Amino acid sequence: MPKTLFEKIWDDHVVTAEPECPAVLYIDLHLIHEMTSPQAFEGLRRRGLKVRRPDRTAATIDHIIQTTPERFQPQKDPRVAALLHSIEENCRAAGIRLYGVGDEQQGVVHVIGPELGLTQPGMTIVCGDSHTATHGAFGALAFGIGTTEVEHVLATQCLLQRKPKTFEVRVTGRLPQGVTAKDIILAVCAKVGIGGANGHVAEYRGDTIRALSMEERMTVCNMSIEFGARAGMIAPDDTTFRYLAGRPFAPKDFERFRRLRTDDGAAFDASIDIDAGRLEPMITYGTNPGMGMAIGASIPGDAPKKALEYMGFEAGKPLLGHSIDVVFIGSCTNSRLGDLRQAASVLKGRKVKVRTLIVPGSGPIKRAAEAEGLDKVFVEAGAEWREAGCSMCIAMNGDELKEGEICVATSNRNFEGRQGKGGRTILASPLTAAASAVEGRVADVRTYL
Amino acid sequence: MEPISRFRGKTVALAIPNIDTDQITPAKFTMVTDKVGLGRILFAHWRYRDAEKQIPNPDFPLNKPGAQGATILVAGDNFGCGSSREHAPWALVGYGLRAVVSTSFADIFRSNALKNGLLPIVVDPESHRQALREAEGNLEFVVDLPEQTLALASGRAVSFAIDPFAKRCLVQGVDELGYILSHERRIAEYERSR
Ligand code: SF4
Repeated sequence: MPKTLFEKIWDDHVVTAEPECPAVLYIDLHLIHEMTSPQAFEGLRRRGLKVRRPDRTAATIDHIIQTTPERFQPQKDPRVAALLHSIEENCRAAGIRLYGVGDEQQGVVHVIGPELGLTQPGMTIVCGDSHTATHGAFGALAFGIGTTEVEHVLATQCLLQRKPKTFEVRVTGRLPQGVTAKDIILAVCAKVGIGGANGHVAEYRGDTIRALSMEERMTVCNMSIEFGARAGMIAPDDTTFRYLAGRPFAPKDFERFRRLRTDDGAAFDASIDIDAGRLEPMITYGTNPGMGMAIGASIPGDAPKKALEYMGFEAGKPLLGHSIDVVFIGSCTNSRLGDLRQAASVLKGRKVKVRTLIVPGSGPIKRAAEAEGLDKVFVEAGAEWREAGCSMCIAMNGDELKEGEICVATSNRNFEGRQGKGGRTILASPLTAAASAVEGRVADVRTYL
Repeated sequence: MEPISRFRGKTVALAIPNIDTDQITPAKFTMVTDKVGLGRILFAHWRYRDAEKQIPNPDFPLNKPGAQGATILVAGDNFGCGSSREHAPWALVGYGLRAVVSTSFADIFRSNALKNGLLPIVVDPESHRQALREAEGNLEFVVDLPEQTLALASGRAVSFAIDPFAKRCLVQGVDELGYILSHERRIAEYERSR
């Protein structure tokens, strides 16, 4: 029987499956962070259990930590201090590697896993974070879990799971100038809708996907959850192996991963097609990532009223040229070196008109960007260049919008208040965000290329 | 975890589709190391005029006098999309809710809810419309988990699907970790075989 990539990895990891019960699925890599793990460790202590495989677990601090130099001072907010203390103590006691504040490798959990070579093809990977799908770019089955499940994995290295359905996203054709991986995935979200792929694992296929770099593939997989898919995956190939070769935890031999592809004739439960050649830079107009449109388009007449009321936008009107207050370039979707280079290509020799935050995804990315002089480009343009972290993707670390401000953001969520109470988010690519920073308005980057 | 079998409960309606976990529990208020007391922050940005000071917004459905003591939330389509933070069901349960009725739920939220004794009940669009109407008036529904039925105030009985394993755990009030731990020998064998 021909199998999909998902089915191959799933079958490889079923420890046991009793009738009527979900499968006991083995987890190869468990990533944890400060926000969703304290209650899990507490649960273990209450039951008198130990962490079964600290060697298959890695931790970082990303959500709540400032991206300003303040982060290196003792924390003033007792809630922040308590969460930091909790993960440091829990990792120390269990013998889990922690890439904490001050560690050279520290960064957003979905950025550092691949960077360290911890993320590998064929693995099952979980993390108490819905954007765990990012790691699927390497041909892994990677998905977000809740804190109770974090506890399960800490205790047993296993999870109880019902087998999800499969969802094929076929992208073909050549991307036009100024259109990026972010625009592909925003177009997928717009087409499928916010909950359209609930219960499914997505696999991205087609020649457009094959031509993407690893960084771009991560951008695509990252937002799988935004149209309901719990995981998103891309079959590994030479691009994958070249990215991984030589990284600290990467395997030496890649040949065995070549079988990790969907067999000819394998069936998916659902399927969509995207013609990349016809895509344009995408932006969102509403309060979930599925409310997206081409940069030059008008807001659909049937857009939900509540969303438009919140955003202060009008149906039937375009957003291009609409004034903005802030630009945020960062997050596990778009904070890698390639994203920063793209932003710099637009900002070089220009000035930003609005507050612009540029936040690298990890310490190594920050250093690599500085080695190329990108930091100088940003600072000379008038942007803020920060330490690694989640920053303004999620309003819980000091970086947030003020009530009513509009932000063009390269992150993944435009929910009400996601970037701060009353803050309004327009999702876009780093190119679109940089062009918008220069104009102080929603801008079409194609006029800059 | 409290076992769930059959209960009668007052309803409250929140007829908004795609309510995401950033609305259920805004991230800023989830900086906690335990699970208790999160009922206060449920829907914080909607429920309070000033969330920091917790000054209630009288227009929000949960704040209406008739909704006090509600245990069943009838929400718009596709409830619980967004983050995997389990703070969302912790807050819903902490507030006193025992079931949420919608036409669909996001996967991670559904899984998190079941693990915390919060029943996600999926009903067909027509029953959903009626349930919303009745919940606007805070009428009482009866949830029967063993029978897998939801009886609306008008008497309309809707059957709902639930994973049989999750149902067993909920009815018995036991959690899944015990089940996984009982497979320790198999897990060790699996680890050796690789
Ligand atoms: S960058 Fe944003 S989406 Fe990514 S892990 Fe951090 S908070 Fe979550």
